[in-house]
Amino acid sequence: MRASIARLNRSLGSEVLGLFAFLLVVVIVFALATPQFLTLANFGSIAFQVPELGLLTLAMLMPIISGGFNLAIIYTANICGLTLAWVLFQFGGPDAPLWAFAVGGAAALAVGALAGCIMGLVVAYIGAHPILVSLAMMIFLRGLGEFLTRGSDISGFPAFLQPIGHGFILGIPIPLLIFAAAALIWHVLLSRTRHGFSVYMIGSNMKATGYSGIHTKRTLTLIYTLSGLMCAVAGILMLTRFNSVRVGHGEALLLVTVLACFLGGVDPFGGFGRVVPVVLALIILQVLSSGLNLLGANQHLSTAVWGLFLIAVMILRWVAGKVGTFNSGKG
Amino acid sequence: MGRFIRDYPTEFRLAIVLVALCVFLSLASDSFLTLGNLTSLLNNNSVNLIWAAGLLVVLIAGGIDISFAVAASVVQYVAVYVFSAIGGGNWAIGFLVAGGLGLALGFVNAALIHLFRITSIVVTIATFNAFFGLLMFITSGKYLYNLPDWWTGRVILFEQQAADGTWAELTLPVAVMAVALVATWVLIRYTTTGRQLYAFGDNPEGARRVGINIGRMQFIAFGWCGMMAGIAGLMQAHIVQEVVPNALIGRELDVLAAVVLGGARLGGGRGSVLGCVLGVLLVAVTQNGLNLLGISPFAFKMVVGAIILIAISTSNLKFGAIAGIGRGRH
Amino acid sequence: MIWQDLALFPEMSVAENIAFETLVGGVPRLISYRALRDRAAAALARLGVDLDLEARLNTLPIAARQLVAIARALVSDARLIFMDEPTASLTQSETDALLEVVRTLSARGVAVVFVSHRLAEVLEISSRVTVLRDGKLVGVYQTEGMSQSRLTELMTGKFFDTVVHAQDKSHHRPVLEVERLTRKGEYEDVSLTIRAGEVVGLTGLIGAGRTELGHTLFGMTRADSGTIRLDGKPLALRSNRDAVAAGIAYVSEDRLALGLVQPQSIADNMVISVLPRISDPSGLISRGRKRDLVGKWLKSLAIKIGRPEDAVSTLSGGNQQRVVLAKWLATEPKVLVLDAPTVGVDVGARAGIFAIVRQLAEQGLAILLISDEVPEVYFNADRVLHMAAGRIVHEYDPRRIDLRAMEEAVYG
Repeated sequence: MRASIARLNRSLGSEVLGLFAFLLVVVIVFALATPQFLTLANFGSIAFQVPELGLLTLAMLMPIISGGFNLAIIYTANICGLTLAWVLFQFGGPDAPLWAFAVGGAAALAVGALAGCIMGLVVAYIGAHPILVSLAMMIFLRGLGEFLTRGSDISGFPAFLQPIGHGFILGIPIPLLIFAAAALIWHVLLSRTRHGFSVYMIGSNMKATGYSGIHTKRTLTLIYTLSGLMCAVAGILMLTRFNSVRVGHGEALLLVTVLACFLGGVDPFGGFGRVVPVVLALIILQVLSSGLNLLGANQHLSTAVWGLFLIAVMILRWVAGKVGTFNSGKG
Repeated sequence: MGRFIRDYPTEFRLAIVLVALCVFLSLASDSFLTLGNLTSLLNNNSVNLIWAAGLLVVLIAGGIDISFAVAASVVQYVAVYVFSAIGGGNWAIGFLVAGGLGLALGFVNAALIHLFRITSIVVTIATFNAFFGLLMFITSGKYLYNLPDWWTGRVILFEQQAADGTWAELTLPVAVMAVALVATWVLIRYTTTGRQLYAFGDNPEGARRVGINIGRMQFIAFGWCGMMAGIAGLMQAHIVQEVVPNALIGRELDVLAAVVLGGARLGGGRGSVLGCVLGVLLVAVTQNGLNLLGISPFAFKMVVGAIILIAISTSNLKFGAIAGIGRGRH
Repeated sequence: MIWQDLALFPEMSVAENIAFETLVGGVPRLISYRALRDRAAAALARLGVDLDLEARLNTLPIAARQLVAIARALVSDARLIFMDEPTASLTQSETDALLEVVRTLSARGVAVVFVSHRLAEVLEISSRVTVLRDGKLVGVYQTEGMSQSRLTELMTGKFFDTVVHAQDKSHHRPVLEVERLTRKGEYEDVSLTIRAGEVVGLTGLIGAGRTELGHTLFGMTRADSGTIRLDGKPLALRSNRDAVAAGIAYVSEDRLALGLVQPQSIADNMVISVLPRISDPSGLISRGRKRDLVGKWLKSLAIKIGRPEDAVSTLSGGNQQRVVLAKWLATEPKVLVLDAPTVGVDVGARAGIFAIVRQLAEQGLAILLISDEVPEVYFNADRVLHMAAGRIVHEYDPRRIDLRAMEEAVYG
């Protein structure tokens, strides 16, 4: 038994097992607390809500692994949504044809990539701290968005968008499929490509990585550009889900994405972190929120619980670290 | 003077930009350089400056705190109940309670950071979520209007009527802000504790070796920030004469941007009260100027963001910094 | 206590750093900067050194910072001062000044423990030598009558073969040809040739420009004038990536911060420079190819590790350096520049590294061995170039001059 756990541990990574255990505990607790928890409706709602937070978390994940941050993800996503909205309105608004969506989507992706690219260039070539650069970009984009929308919601989109945000394929919600695809791409990028390899190395020691011949500046720029692209996907999805765009939509989620990353075992200093544990962490957070919702608590309690949960996990990790030092002697 | 420029390049450059901006605005608009405008500028930014003073100390010590706005909100709310429990209170009690509550919240951060070796960004993100969520959940977002009279009664320190009948006045928050800034200045420049904070932020390992008590540093830094947050909350309620639990959220990142603009470094070891003030004022004057020039309020943030982006880019170009993100300075 | 990494505060002033103990301990209180400055000035006076008290520490060169560290130790009126590798980054004249300070201190009754691997200095300054090996005490000896070779023997428990390995390789094909390379402020009019299979030593005092030259050869800096030719073709290197692509590899003197990414795995550190080589046709990194490459080099360089996934920081200095070598050798370079390759490597492991170096030369690699320890280049190079103040001032043949004479010539 111990040997097989040890083997599972090594192949999946110790965080995955621990998180899975957490998830099971949470599910069991809520299943006992309310009969509505183990229903298709509940899991369906979770399945629809995870992707929005999930895509944004993926956008935050790569910069964090490289030792940086992207505080601008929410506003980048919304600006991209605005771009799509603008294109759709150019071609008739609610009557816009399908190809307008394609054009708009491409435009949104381009805007996201551009915002990310600018941040990446400043971080890479000027050497400014990513927290500051993304903070400045965040403030700028928020201002730009408020300026363009005068602070109001934009709505009135074609009906064909509805299935993307609310539809199913083979019984699986489409947003979930989109998120799964994105997570898979991110996973491959990080674990199997040269770019991903460089991201980890840069996160641990940028200078040494540069010395070894890796184009660190290009990698950094690409990191933030990809982050921006992922924000664009999130923005497009949010538009189709809520049938409206608001500049500040989801601004509370910024810190939750960071929370999900740390919960998923990403090292705050950079250099370590994987997609699978982070996705698990996301699911845990969303399950917590849904469960609490069913019990009558509102979103705010969920927020508090998320924060407390993060603290609890970090404390437990510290304890595990101490115990581990006593147990094994290997480095 | 030469020494000042050499030791405080960011502050110096910021001062020049600010002066240039003020000159430009006084020419472009006749309402800028009026007593009324300048005093209201100070009044409206006192809360931000009090926060900035607290955050500065944390940044100097090498940490980061984004939970202070939430802490201020929590302190406001709890203070109301404390005051009604003791039957009213006065300013002295008010400061003690607000400062004390804020201090306690700061200590929570410090305890988590020090005892469990968790980095400050993670801890303060967690406490941000935890405190805010609990606050909103327990209070259901209710506004509080029934504040004690001493709290909401206007205290005018200075007033003068202009030719056109409008009043220019300086209110209590400005005085509190001044005290906070001076206290912070004395702390970081003239006390042994303050210099230890600089040292700790500059080289934590070196600080440990020369015998600096690491735990004490964390508690002092985050405690100070919390205390300032509490007092800022007290002032905010005084200004708007009500307690709104979710009104202050979101301002922490703006304050962080301004403080960093003013020369405080995210890695620790650098920063000055002067820089703080300049940073906050620069952003405030910019927004004020845009307002007076009739530019749409929606454009403010855009301009501010662009300015910060340009400022950090140019300051890094000057230093020729090689980006070693957060570590490896020696 | 004066640590190897100094443990000073770069953002604070010289005066604050020196008089730092007045800022620690006791009740929190207000500071008198005048008192602080006076104490700092007094300490500097005892050292006989003059520094700008108000200057920020990070504006000073490393030698000055070392002096600040010593002054800090003096402020506390210490009766025992522990110095850990204090001369590591000092030039010869600065080292002499420091040794003079140590003598002054001991004359004043201060006891000094001088930790160093530079045996010449140890013998010069001390009255007794304590030798430690593998964490155990070997013995305490009187310096009088002790020799460097005896010390080495005590430190490693073995006698090291100090055989001159220089050979005449002038008939070999030139690989790297440098002509009149100049970079203002660093080196001037440098010309040298390294042939296939040749180990060219480059030595000199700190500040002579050796590492700066190495950086230019590796593409990290550009020379103002002069040419570099590889296999006869002129090189225009815009970055170190160009250098690696051309076939030049550079083992930095700073293994901990620049040579390896310490928190990452041994395997990753080994393949970091050759990612295209371990990639599939699809562009993804092939786990199989990576495993094969790592296995090959672990074996070929006899690197002792736990598992390839372990962090490279778990290895000893000597094994870490072998990982660095593996990384660069995997790029199949034509020229290998080794800058102080044995820093932080204990004496026993050094011989192993030089054995590898000689073996690589035999396989046809052109090697530039930079070291400020003359014996290293004397025993391992075919020719030794002496660089001083940015210029190559002399070329030595180790077979025609004895070690003492070369040391005298270089150390002055």
